Parts: sequence; structure tokens; C-alpha cells
Amino acid sequence: MKQIRNFSIIAHIDHGKSTLADRLIQFAHLVDDRQFRDQILDTMDIERERGITIKSQSVNLPYTSRSGEEFELNLIDTPGHVDFSYEVSRALASCEGVLLLIDASQGVEAQTLANLYAAMEHDLVIIPVINKIDLPSANIDGVKEEIENELGLDPESSLLCSAKEGRGVEEILEAIVERIPPPKGDPEKPLAALIFDAQYDSFRGTIVSCRVFDGIVKPGDIIHPMSMGTTYKVEEVGIFRLKLEPAKELTAGMVGYIIAGIKTVSDTRIGDTITLEANPSPEPLPGFKEVKPVVFSSIYPIASDDYQSLAEALEKYKLNDAALIYQKDSSAALGQGFRCGFLGLLHLEIVQERLEREFDQSLILTVPSVQYRFGLTDGTTITVDNPAHYPDPTHIKQTEEPYIRASILVPERYVGVVMKLCMDRRGVNQRMNYPTPGRVEITFDMPLAEVVFDFYDKLKSITQGYGSFDYEIIDYRESSLVKLDILVNGEKVDALSIIVHRDRARERAVMVCDRLRDEIPRQQFKIAIQGAIGGKIIARSTISPFRKDVTAKCYGGDISRKRKLLEKQKKGKRRMSVVGNVEIPQSAFLAALKTDNE
Amino acid sequence: MQPSRKIAERAGEAAGLYVHVPFCKTKCPYCDFYSVTDLAMMEGWLSALLKEMDQYRDAFGTFDTLYIGGGTPTVLNNTILISLFQELHRQFSFTNNTEITVEANPDDITPEKLALLKSLGVNRLSIGVQSFNDEELVLLKRRHSLKGTEEALRWVNEAGFTNFGIDLIYGPPGQTVEGWIATLQKALTFHPTHMSCYQLTIEKTTPFGKMLEEGNLQGCTEKQGRNFFLTTSKFLGENGFVHYEISNFAKGNEFRSRHNCKYWRHIPYLGLGPGAHSFQGGIRWWNCKSVKDYCDKLKKGSRPIFGSEALSAEQLRLEKLFLGLRTCDGVALDVAFPEFPHNELLHNIKKTRLVSVRDNRLIPTKKGFLMADRLPLLFP
Repeated sequence: MKQIRNFSIIAHIDHGKSTLADRLIQFAHLVDDRQFRDQILDTMDIERERGITIKSQSVNLPYTSRSGEEFELNLIDTPGHVDFSYEVSRALASCEGVLLLIDASQGVEAQTLANLYAAMEHDLVIIPVINKIDLPSANIDGVKEEIENELGLDPESSLLCSAKEGRGVEEILEAIVERIPPPKGDPEKPLAALIFDAQYDSFRGTIVSCRVFDGIVKPGDIIHPMSMGTTYKVEEVGIFRLKLEPAKELTAGMVGYIIAGIKTVSDTRIGDTITLEANPSPEPLPGFKEVKPVVFSSIYPIASDDYQSLAEALEKYKLNDAALIYQKDSSAALGQGFRCGFLGLLHLEIVQERLEREFDQSLILTVPSVQYRFGLTDGTTITVDNPAHYPDPTHIKQTEEPYIRASILVPERYVGVVMKLCMDRRGVNQRMNYPTPGRVEITFDMPLAEVVFDFYDKLKSITQGYGSFDYEIIDYRESSLVKLDILVNGEKVDALSIIVHRDRARERAVMVCDRLRDEIPRQQFKIAIQGAIGGKIIARSTISPFRKDVTAKCYGGDISRKRKLLEKQKKGKRRMSVVGNVEIPQSAFLAALKTDNE
Repeated sequence: MQPSRKIAERAGEAAGLYVHVPFCKTKCPYCDFYSVTDLAMMEGWLSALLKEMDQYRDAFGTFDTLYIGGGTPTVLNNTILISLFQELHRQFSFTNNTEITVEANPDDITPEKLALLKSLGVNRLSIGVQSFNDEELVLLKRRHSLKGTEEALRWVNEAGFTNFGIDLIYGPPGQTVEGWIATLQKALTFHPTHMSCYQLTIEKTTPFGKMLEEGNLQGCTEKQGRNFFLTTSKFLGENGFVHYEISNFAKGNEFRSRHNCKYWRHIPYLGLGPGAHSFQGGIRWWNCKSVKDYCDKLKKGSRPIFGSEALSAEQLRLEKLFLGLRTCDGVALDVAFPEFPHNELLHNIKKTRLVSVRDNRLIPTKKGFLMADRLPLLFP
């Protein structure tokens, strides 16, 4: 049997992970050069455009080493964003080693560190790879210094490569077979296979990606995901060769897929252990947890009669995204919609973008909210992620919000602006660490709600792209929260209510009032837009009424033109929400709900 | 505002005939009507027009209004004017009491011209005075001066034209409400039976539009526009004029422009000449605007029609609604609310004070006139 090596590439965003994967795949001649396209593992348009990997993809690479031995290398590609850190951890659990990719001109960044820690947690062999050495700005010595000082790794162990130019690829493959140990595992033991991904295929159902730790799985076996009460009959197993390549069986140490008539990806759990019903593993593989959404938002169709179409789109989308949760929601202003839970802001953006692109939906999303905790006077505690469920303020004894520990790595010259940003976002407990001269690692405890609100974009812009950021959720802390309502001519616009820290309420209210003022068309009466906490008005703007709106001339040649304009206006009106006596176009909601602060 | 019973919709009202004279000696910088200054094309236009008349012969039955508009019909020389009227009478039939209107530029008005028009049967003039203020006339690039205008209007009076209207523009830069009232007062000294008062509208495609874009011209504000509008309505009302359409006032209902009222009430009309619109049997069509194309097409024996539309019942209703709401006759309740029950809607609309209800019709108030462009949007 051929020898197996299981590995991942981990890197900060834009450090060249997908390009290196491309080169490894080309080296293995899995596709001929004519059919090859860049970022071959990133199959979604969004992945290619944003340069991030959202779904894990694996590929089995045949390799004959310089010494003439034959190997099968399983590259398990991992999602490149903190929202998907659990998926990353399951992919890493399936490996014995990683390539830690570092950009030769950017050096070590926040996600490099986070990834390294994750790999160390899994006791993986770490091979540092300095990429992009072809760049004029490449600073190989500097990066080696960072590898030593910031990562605590032996700089001499690092490999040099230019994935773009294909330099250093063979050395990497050699290092993989030499340094990464072969998988352990006993084919005689009961089956224990770790699910690290699942994808939906409309013809075949769910395709489960897994790493077999012990035992053997083959078609005809009755399998059982250990966290669930279900069983399935295996139809096909195989390995990933960019397409599915059926195999007789998957044995201990192998990475591959199982097709077993599993309807949706939600019928599987990433991190779960698959075993055989007849001869079960005594215990599941460690590390399984159910991922919970941390960011919530309601999704409405822009035209309220598109609700049914949105419902169908969500149902289809959900087939391939087990992390998304949703339930029906409704708003007086926006009609019928869905309350959705996401792993993070990026996950939210991806869901929105895919629904819009792949399912042709036009959507309005309410301001993302985190899950708040309210201690009530009757002694109970409730969690609320939807402003509509904000408890009666007189019953609230205590309010709490989730906090994160943010780790930000920046060149020293940006420390001032980053500190200011973090303190503006209610960051506390900051610590600073100088891993190498000229670079600072800043750690802050911050409310998650503050990060959900355009924090990352701000950080990027104030540090001219040099700041990198990573976070983990730590705990709930007491906080002074209020519900901010937006009123139009005295009527509450429910879709615009948010739960917000008291110190943030005014700023937010002013912004929303101003944006609505700019977007709501004038009417024949005055329109007052107010921000209020309970009965107290904290912001206000006014839209003055029309004084005169009439065309002077209307004779034979003007009538058609005028009617056409009216028809257009009437059509536009049907797409407006009516709050009280005020018509609010969807553009006003979109503007008011935009999360940026510009 | 007094709605007139007489003009309530009647079936079978005779059609109106419009002739577009697309020539002007000079172009006014605010005007977006189609006209050319190449007067040499006049002969060609007339022969094309005669061919177009031929295409319609009996299609509209008997007309009871004829309106020669423009452009500037008074730039037509006497020979052409005479043949035009001869041919119109040869090709079409008119009732005895036909209202025959010609638009006139004060600069073209002479006792001889007036005598000719009278002899041709013209019984109504619409005189494009625009202003009784020399500075404003220069700004508007009108050919006539205050003095010339006054003389022309005296000649009109002397020639025995008892039914004529004066067109004025309010809101040019620099005009005050006092100045505007002085202009109105001056107009009334010539005893017009009709007044058209238009707010200066700056259309994008005109020289004024360009000036506005470049910041070299300022239109009046909404507040000023409102003030001019209400002042005009009040002043003319006090002087015996009915404010019967947004921009039109008649000294008693019998002096409304019968021809223009047909546009607003979906009465059939035939428009001849470049760019003219016609309406009959729920279909509207319009000619190509270019004089050259118009002439070429007719020379070849084809129709000069550029476009047409067949109006659906709903489109007809929408037009009835917005056109009606621009006049003091308003619109029938069953047109405004085709489906019962409408009590709550009606109640809400009445609350806006933009309309009132009389004799099962919704009548726009002055405030309604001011909001006439959005008023129709309040209805289903």
C-alpha cells in the first residue's frame, strides 16, 4: 500500500494559500494544464472574488518522492476566516502536519499566529513556508526573524517558495513526506471517521468528507453518526481527485468521502464521528461540539410578494450550509421574513451574497445583533438576539453582552490609531506585546457587538491594510444596554430598532435619522424622524413638505409622458412600506441598515 | 372654483383640430416646443400639411374647435395663411360656432394681419405676451418690447377681437410678487377674456436648462412658486376670472379654451403638423418632430406618424384622474375609486385638504392644484 500523508495549508488571508494549492495540484498532474484554472479548489464565485476559501476542499495528490517511494498526499484545504474557526479545527484534527504559509513581504500576521496556535493544539508537525519570495519587497531575513521570535519556530526549518512562479514546490512536497509522520490508526479496530466537511449534491445527497482514524468503511456498510440517532447505508466511498473517485473502501489513515443517502448537510454535524452500527466505536473522537450562531439578523425580501421565493431559496441554500439557522420573522414595516443566525459577520455576508447571486433574491437585512442576556426581576435570565423581543425595561435587573478577546498585530507606527479605535469600541484590559522590533501585538477585550459593526473595515483602513485581526469569544459581561427605536411621524419602525449600549445610542440614532432624511422622499406634509429610548427622544431630523409640485403645462403632447411618469411612480409606491402615513422606500431601509459609519 | 355643469363629460362631443406651425423667427431660451427658425421650409411644410389633411378627411367627423399653434403661427405669410385656411375648410367640416384660435406673437401683430385673421374666420387669439416688463422681456429673449406689446394689444382691441387670451410667465429671475401683480394689472387693462399664467419651468434641454446647470440662472424656489401661484389665483379671481385649470383662467366659463379642454377630457382631437399628437378611440398617436422628416414622409405618400399607443382601461382611468385633478371640474368619484367601498380612502384623502367632494365629483382645492403632480398617487 502507498504511504499516506495528511496535511493542511494554513495562512493569513492573501498569503497565497490557494495559489500554493494550485501548484501542488499541477505538480501531481491531476488535471492537464489546459483545463487548469487558478484557485482550482475555490469553486464558488465569492471565494474567487474575495480571495478567501469558504468551504473546505480536499484533494488527494499522488507523489513519487526523489527516493522513488510512492505517496498519496491528502491536502485538506481549510476555510480562511475566523468565522469558520471550528471547521478549521476539525480539518486540522484530520491532519498530521501543516504548511504554515507566510508572505515574504507581509510577514507574520494575526491569523498566522492564531493558525499556529491551532496547529500546536493538535500536535501537528509545522513546516513554515515563506511564500512570494519573487516580490521585490520580499524580506526573507526579516520573516525568518519573525518566525523565530514571534512563532518560536526554528527559522532554519523554513522553506522558500514562490507559488506564483512555481518555485520551491518540489522541496515542499519532499518536506511533507520527510517531516510529517504517516497517520496512525488500526484498520482492525471499530470504525471511527471524523467528519470535517459536508457538501450537498442535488443528485447524490450529502457528500461527507472524512478522515478515517480507525477501522474500514465500504459500500453496503450501515453507518451511524455518533451524535445523532440516525443510520445510513453507504452507497459509495472514494477519494478526492478534484472530482470524486470511487474506491473499494476507506481504511484507517485515509481521507475521502462517503455517500450514504444523507439528505441534507444539516443531517450531519461537522466534528461528529462516523462509526458502524454493527460494530460501533466505544467512544467518539474528541473535540466534537455543536457550532452556535453568534450574529443574528432578519432577512426580508425587498418586494414583500417575494417572500415565498425567499423561503424556497433559504431552504435550498440551507441544504449546503449547516451553520445557518433561521426561523420565520415578521415586521410591520417590511412584512414577512426570516430571523437568521450566523457564525459571524463574514458568514452573514456570504449567505446574503449567495442568496442574491445564486438564488436571485433582493434582500434587506436588519442590523446584525449579538445575543444579549437579561436578568429579570422575577429571577429568570433570558437571551435576546432580536430587538423585537426586548423585555419590558421595568422588569430588567441586569443586562449582559458577549465579549471577545481581540488580538491585533500591527506595525508600531499604528499603535496609537488602533488603541483609539479599540477604546472607541469600548475595548478594555489592553495588553501589548512586542514580539519583534517594530511590531506590536495588541490584545483587547471588547464587546462582540462592537466588532460586528464594521470594526474590521475600520481597522484595515486606519492601518492602511497592515493591521491584522483575530478574535475568540470569551464571556458575558455586565453592560448598560438600551433599546433604540426609530420613529417616523411618531410611529415606530420596528425593523430599525436595535439593542445598543447606552453610550452608543445617540450617535447611532443621529446616523439613522440623517440617512432616513436623505432617502425618504418629501411628501405633502412634514415628516419628523426621531430616535428614542423608551419615551425619550435622543435624535431628530425633519423632512420638509412639498410647497408646490405641479407642472405648469399639460397639453396634447404632454399627456402620455406625464401618465408614464405616474405609472412609474405608482409602481415604485407599491414597493414602499407605509409607516403611519409616511411612505418609506426600500432604499431608505437599505441606507439606514448599512453597517458602515461613513 | 365653480365647476361648470356645461362641461361635464358628454358623449359624442365634436372633435378638435390642431395645426402645428413649427416656425419661429427666434428661439426663446425657455421653450421646449418643437420649432425651427429656417422659415424657408414653410412652403414645403404647407404642401406636406395639405397631404396629411388628405389622409384624415372624414376620420374625425365635424370639428367644433380649430387651434393654430406653434411655434409662431403669425410668422406665416399671408399667402400661406390664406391657403392653410382654405384647405382646412375644403378638407374638413366645422360646426357653425367653431372656436378658431390662432396663437400670436405681439411682434407680428399689425392691423393688417388682424384684419386678415378676422377675414379668415379666426374668432379667438392667444397672445404670447409673457411679460409687461422690458427687462424680463430681454431676459426671456422675446422679440417684442413693452411699448410694442401695448400697441399690439390696442390693435387687437380695435380690430374687434373680443375673445382673446394673454399668456404670461411668472417666476423669471429677479421678479417680485409686486412686479408680477403690476404685470397682471397691466394685462387686464386690455380686457382679455382668458389668461394663461405659467410658472417659468426650466427644462433641461433648453438654453435656460444649460444655464441652470452651469449656475448662471436661478429658478424660483418652491416657496416663491407657491406664493406666485396663490397670488395669481387670488388676484385674477377677484377680477372675475375662473381658475379652471392649473395655469388657465377664464372670464366666465364660456371663455374657457374649448379646444384645450378637449385634451383634458379625452375628447377626440386630430393634430396635424410635425410633432402634433392625436387622440381617438382610446388610441393616441404622434407625428415625427422633424420638419424635414415630416415633409419627406408625406412627399413619399406615407404617414408621418412616429409613435402610437393604445390605452388600456386602467391607463385611460389614470389619465382621466390626473387630467381631471388639474381642472376645477375635478374627476368623477367612480373614476377616482373604481372599486367600492372607498369610504375610508376617501376620508383619508379628504383629510389632506387637497380635494373636496361635490356632486359625486372630487374637486381639487387650491392646495390640490399646488400638488397636482402627486395628487393622483394618493388614489388606488
